[in-house]
Amino acid sequence: MMEEVDVEPAVTNIPAASDGKHLGFAWGPGDILVYETLYKASVAQGSGCSFIHEVRKDEDIYSPNLRKLFNESHHIFVGLQTIREDLPSKNKKPQFVSISKNYRSVIRACMEELQQVAVSTKDAEVATQYGNQVSILLAIELIWNLCEVLFIDAAPAGSLLLHLLDWVRLHKADVDEKAAEVLQSESPAEHHDYWDVVVSYVLQGRLEEARQMLVKQATLHPAARKMYKLMDTLLSKMPFYNPGGTQTLTEFDVKWRHWHGEVNRCLQDNSFASNQHLEIICKIIVGDEDTLLEHKELLSTWYHFLVTRLLFSHPTVKPTELHYYAQSCMTMFLDARSVPEPLDNILLAAFEFDIHQVIKECSIALNNWWFVAHLTDLLDHCKLLQSHNLHFGSNLREFLLLEYASGLFTHHSLWQLAVDYFDNCPEFGRVYLGLQIEHIPLDTERKALKVLRICEQRQMSEQVRSICKIMAMRALRNNRLGSALSWSIRAKDAAFATLISERFLQDYCTRGTFSDLDLIDNLGPAMLLSDRLTFLGKYREFHKLYGEKRFSEAAKLLLSLMTAKIAPRSFWMTLLTDALPLLEQKEVIFSADQTHELMFCLEELTSSLNHSAPGTDKPTQDEDIEQTKVELLRLALARNLAMAIIKEGTIEA
Amino acid sequence: IMENINAKYVSQKISKTRWRLVSHSSLQQPDIFATGSWDNEVNKISFWSIGNHGGSDTDDGFEGDPQLLCEYKHDGDVLDLQFLDQDRIVTTSSTGAVTIFRHHQNSQTISVSHRWPRAHRYPCDNAPCTGVVCSSPEIVTVGEDGKIIVFRADQEGVIRVIENADSSTIHAVTYLRTTEILTVNSIGQLKLWDFRQQSDAPSQILSLSGDRVPLHCVDRHPNQQHIVATGGQDGMLCVWDVRQGSTPFSLMEAHSAEMWEVHFHPTNPDHLFTCSEDGSLLHWETSTHSDMPSFLQGGRNNSMISRSAMAPAGGNQSLISAWLSGDSSKGRLETTHMLPSQTLSVNSLDVLGQCLVCGTDGEAIFVNRQVPV
Repeated sequence: MMEEVDVEPAVTNIPAASDGKHLGFAWGPGDILVYETLYKASVAQGSGCSFIHEVRKDEDIYSPNLRKLFNESHHIFVGLQTIREDLPSKNKKPQFVSISKNYRSVIRACMEELQQVAVSTKDAEVATQYGNQVSILLAIELIWNLCEVLFIDAAPAGSLLLHLLDWVRLHKADVDEKAAEVLQSESPAEHHDYWDVVVSYVLQGRLEEARQMLVKQATLHPAARKMYKLMDTLLSKMPFYNPGGTQTLTEFDVKWRHWHGEVNRCLQDNSFASNQHLEIICKIIVGDEDTLLEHKELLSTWYHFLVTRLLFSHPTVKPTELHYYAQSCMTMFLDARSVPEPLDNILLAAFEFDIHQVIKECSIALNNWWFVAHLTDLLDHCKLLQSHNLHFGSNLREFLLLEYASGLFTHHSLWQLAVDYFDNCPEFGRVYLGLQIEHIPLDTERKALKVLRICEQRQMSEQVRSICKIMAMRALRNNRLGSALSWSIRAKDAAFATLISERFLQDYCTRGTFSDLDLIDNLGPAMLLSDRLTFLGKYREFHKLYGEKRFSEAAKLLLSLMTAKIAPRSFWMTLLTDALPLLEQKEVIFSADQTHELMFCLEELTSSLNHSAPGTDKPTQDEDIEQTKVELLRLALARNLAMAIIKEGTIEA
Repeated sequence: IMENINAKYVSQKISKTRWRLVSHSSLQQPDIFATGSWDNEVNKISFWSIGNHGGSDTDDGFEGDPQLLCEYKHDGDVLDLQFLDQDRIVTTSSTGAVTIFRHHQNSQTISVSHRWPRAHRYPCDNAPCTGVVCSSPEIVTVGEDGKIIVFRADQEGVIRVIENADSSTIHAVTYLRTTEILTVNSIGQLKLWDFRQQSDAPSQILSLSGDRVPLHCVDRHPNQQHIVATGGQDGMLCVWDVRQGSTPFSLMEAHSAEMWEVHFHPTNPDHLFTCSEDGSLLHWETSTHSDMPSFLQGGRNNSMISRSAMAPAGGNQSLISAWLSGDSSKGRLETTHMLPSQTLSVNSLDVLGQCLVCGTDGEAIFVNRQVPV
């Protein structure tokens, strides 16, 4: 049975495929490839479109400005993963809060830069695009900040409201701009925005600033001095909870109720009846809902309304009561006709402490995985997601991290970031990394080395082999035998090393000299990787000894190459031919025993050759040459044996 | 040290960073550097200013971000980048091209001054050009194709090619003397080439014994030209005396992954800097040798004195370099991490005067204006 969908999926139109063409598709890690396909196999003539379309899921990955966000947050993410599991949670909480703040400051930095670019650009389309990104980041930061207050910091009653006030103040900073404008004017108290600023300050609980503004008005109206003085006293006496202090919440509550009663009395006895502005402020601070709702313009959002309402009516609100006030404030604030937007639903879910709903709604509303992946990871570290199991994948945290990292991996440059995310997905991370890392295009050896380092550090031997093989094949194609051999040695790929060694030996047989001596002379222990490579190295060593006129050592090595079966049989004739000049030196180099062994090798070789190639009637020219060589060798061996016997006999005697 | 370091995220992976040269006579600090990017869909070279104009003597060494002056599209990854003179840089590309760019400082624009496309190449494929060194007007490049090519900035054609200089990839090149160069390759060899000789064979091959660990970078001691430092795939720092022996003079454990660059401080070569794939940047300092003249001794606080005393000497061979004093393991060598912990590769660094710049795969450029040298 199909799962019910939460929202209708977005439709992506594939250009040129609109008029009833049939499409095929293939899933990629972060995207889908779509291509036109022929419906009937029998229709031969292909008038089909030759394009393959790439449909991307996480489009924000491709924004150059957001790359800063991805890179900086990667660093924070890695730091978070190293916080030790076994620390008591009391010690960890401040760390988690500080990490959450770091994430937010990265979002803010990115947002500010985007804003600058958006303002300075001349291209209207680009400006709109950046403007949209700024508003998305604003929303992300707003949600993150609320989650930090409610879930990560988990402030108790009393502190909770203070945190919520900070949250609203941070995201409703236009008051300060307006205030600056008013204060810079010639006569601030007469500025048309003056009262808006005062009221906005009061709505945000910034009473100190409100009082300073009011002083300006009071000096203009000396007759009303007493009334202004009364308001100033009320504002200055409003108690705020001090979480660090000695006062208990109950004591604060008593004090607050006392103050509230005092404000109420002033309202009842019409103390401010002669000044409508002061009357409004008085009504606000007494928590009059109708007055608050008359200032929707200044509040601008239902959650500002919520926080202001709590400030002046329920300053000791408990976390568990929040959802009730949130729901009612939203209903009161929004028009009956208007539908709540995704952001409203997300914030409401947060106030209801429904973390999974927050993550789910965010996943649907945002076109990037960055936010949900990082937030979920942090909440998971705070042990807030334990009870939730998915019926697919491993768990929510890992699922989202894998999605985000897969998106990074499809990016031309950002793939390196993804590795650390995969590393921190215990269930499937390694599999994902293994599958995706093989698809990275390797344009240069330097890039190959970087990819290889990633694989080697994680003991991904299969991928190591595959990368080295790709590089070795490429080197071979370009006739760079030395490089090809180096790559196969690095992968410990014996078969390939054998293949390349054969190429070296072939080259030697045709040209009579070795290429790439700098490499072959320095094989070292790597020589042992394959028999053929060992032979190549040893055979070259023979030539070096011969060149240095160290004949007896050369002779010994040459013989051992055959007797120890290091040399392939096909190469024995070459080796025996190499022995010829040694046999023809004036002094005896091969001893009698060694000469016997050489003879034995020659006979073994000729008999096997006779066995393997029987039946042809006429000997070919090649066979003639071979035959002459064999006879020459036999002659030289016999002569050497004679000389050796004489010499050895003489010494003994 | 780390407080003085300043990160700027630039939305491109940085493969190379180089200071623009300042005139030798003045003690002026550098103010402009160039960067090259790699592994982006469109790669770029960029010029940046750290805004030290007029040599303001603020002490905090933290005067805000480097500012982008201008940038220009670069075909392929920038694999190496060097200043040819005050206005020109030479880059080498993964496409095998070698390009000279001119930085017009009045208009803050960049133009291509000369380009040798596919200087390094295979019959069918591109052969990445991995390294360049220049001494105006001469330019020497090396590549994955194992070739060494000599150009002149003022000439169209190629001056000299050593076709089979290496059977494996040459990773880096530097001058030993005006007519001699040094190359390092992917099988752990250090080769000396003398351009006065017509032969296409190296005049000397030095190598790490046994393990064939690829070498990725090389730098020569600015005053004592026989002393050479290299860095390899295993993160080891090797110091060689090319006059004697064919194996390194000393081996020091430095990084846990490829060492991408090593640089002696140009005027105070008791200091050396290395950076690595492991994400770290190290500052190495040898204590001055005890039988040195007393004015060369002393702690790091009077390094200004020793620097001005060392700099004009230009090769006082009688001094035994601290790098060859042999007991680096006995605490004569101090190393300091210069970057806050980070996981992605530091691909390149450059140091001049008291300024250091480096670039990372984490798309950040770090500038430190108060390197304690």
